[in-house]
Amino acid sequence: MSEFISKMTSNQPVFDDNDPQDELITLNIGPTHPATHGVFQNVVQIDGERIVSGVSTIGYIHRAFEKIAEHRPFYQITPLTDRLNYCSAPINNMGWHMTVEKLLKIEIPKRVQYMRVIVMELARIADHIICNGILGVDTGAFSGFLYVMQEREFIYEIFEEICGARLTTNIGRIGGFERDFNAVAFEKISEFLKRYPPVLKEFEEMFVRNRIFIERTSGVAAVTPEQALDYGWSGPILRATGVDYDVRVQNSYCSYEEFDFEVPVGTTGDVYDRFMVRNEEMWQSLRIIEQALEKIEKEPKGVFHAEVPDFYLPPKEQVYTNMEALIYHFKIVMGEVDTPKAEVYHAVEGANGELGFYLIHDGGRSPYRLHFRRPSFVNYQMFAPMSAGMLLSDAILNMSSLNVIAGELDA
Amino acid sequence: MENSFLLDKLQGNFPSKIVEIPDAHDLMTILVDVDDIIDVLRFLKLDNELQFVHLTDITAVHFPHLEKEYAVVYHIHSLIHNIRIRVKVFLYGPNPEIPTATVVWKGANWMERETYDFFGINFIGHPDLRRILNVDDMDVFPMRKEYPLEDPNRVDKKDLYFGR
Repeated sequence: MSEFISKMTSNQPVFDDNDPQDELITLNIGPTHPATHGVFQNVVQIDGERIVSGVSTIGYIHRAFEKIAEHRPFYQITPLTDRLNYCSAPINNMGWHMTVEKLLKIEIPKRVQYMRVIVMELARIADHIICNGILGVDTGAFSGFLYVMQEREFIYEIFEEICGARLTTNIGRIGGFERDFNAVAFEKISEFLKRYPPVLKEFEEMFVRNRIFIERTSGVAAVTPEQALDYGWSGPILRATGVDYDVRVQNSYCSYEEFDFEVPVGTTGDVYDRFMVRNEEMWQSLRIIEQALEKIEKEPKGVFHAEVPDFYLPPKEQVYTNMEALIYHFKIVMGEVDTPKAEVYHAVEGANGELGFYLIHDGGRSPYRLHFRRPSFVNYQMFAPMSAGMLLSDAILNMSSLNVIAGELDA
Repeated sequence: MENSFLLDKLQGNFPSKIVEIPDAHDLMTILVDVDDIIDVLRFLKLDNELQFVHLTDITAVHFPHLEKEYAVVYHIHSLIHNIRIRVKVFLYGPNPEIPTATVVWKGANWMERETYDFFGINFIGHPDLRRILNVDDMDVFPMRKEYPLEDPNRVDKKDLYFGR
């Protein structure tokens, strides 16, 4: 001990070359670690600051949604989808409604489709705000996060105006929406289109050419397109590697083919590219919302659901006074409507990638089997293998830029 | 690319081993025998004309009323031709076994672990076949139909009480 202290005080290195240097330290990151931004665990072996190997453990908030869904009618499954990726719940809701509509072969009026597009793109912006903002926080730049967080709050106000809820929205019904967007909602959407671009511009200026940010993110966790496809990646992180796969374009749903927008792609697949792809996607989402508002103007007013009385609940006041409405209400709630025996797979472009619903229906009240293809679950499995050889602080950035949402990961 | 072209090509390369399931609601669905599944998947991925490079999903379904109780379902996507295909393999219970697809796609790893976790399907040759979402000491496979979600005596949700 005294030798150690004398080394310490005599300005010599504490460890010399004869000391064992190859001891590895086992470190638990998570399950509740501020840097994971969610409840999941990584046990990593580190050599100094470098990760040698890692194992991911997930499932801390597994809630058995697929099993629960086998016991619920379609309209009661929508709240379950809220809790997958809770940062962009409306996309999940819409994806689920569209899956059921595909099964039941329901045609949705154009105006409703545009309304859905608006809601989904707002949700995408809200989700990307979180991801890019947090990425900034993890590199040490806190203020950018606060700038854009205010705009996310505004998006939630729009959701509140549309459906009454903010985070777990349960927006929409099978066949359309539960009510029309009111005047305030339209007003707020237009206001958002005006007030968000300058904020996003300012956010961009803080990061895009910021030397510190570039040095911290550029070249970190670079992924080749081959690796990304091998691991089944999708969404912004796949596009950052240079693969232009976007479900909105490839398997267009909800009239996305009518909209004029670009699919941004990166080149190196590193954290910086992922940031840039998400950033550009926010601009493109704004463009889409703008076009959707114009298109809605040309559609007949007041249409907010398809005419499918077998599946769309009648207004409550009619149920008490109108015989037909009462019958439909009863049939829907009690599950007396005939539904086809079929299986469908429907995918939407979630904020993190391809969000798929695989639904097998046997004509009963509830699905025979429902499987969620969750992008976070598929994307995250590469995290532990790719962390080997990475600095611990880079691995944290990598995790941030994958935007793993625990709810979506565990279902 | 047409579905018929794809089916002809598959059946040409795997004579009398590929069966198309008719009346698929959305995607072309083919039925493959468990012994051929990896060859078929590898062919779909590596063939120059097809290039089904993106493994979208692996999951399973339990049909207790069928002789072959378990279906493993693969969703595969050819990004270049923008066509999806669903591949199904039916397996005998109660200890279904199927070779692992991790030799074709690394991304199959967690998807197969999830399928094992919930259905008890044993993926032969999988590098790390452990439970993934459920607790390690669980001794049932909860998505099998015989495991009830809640109190099995509860009758208010049973289909037979609704005239079905």
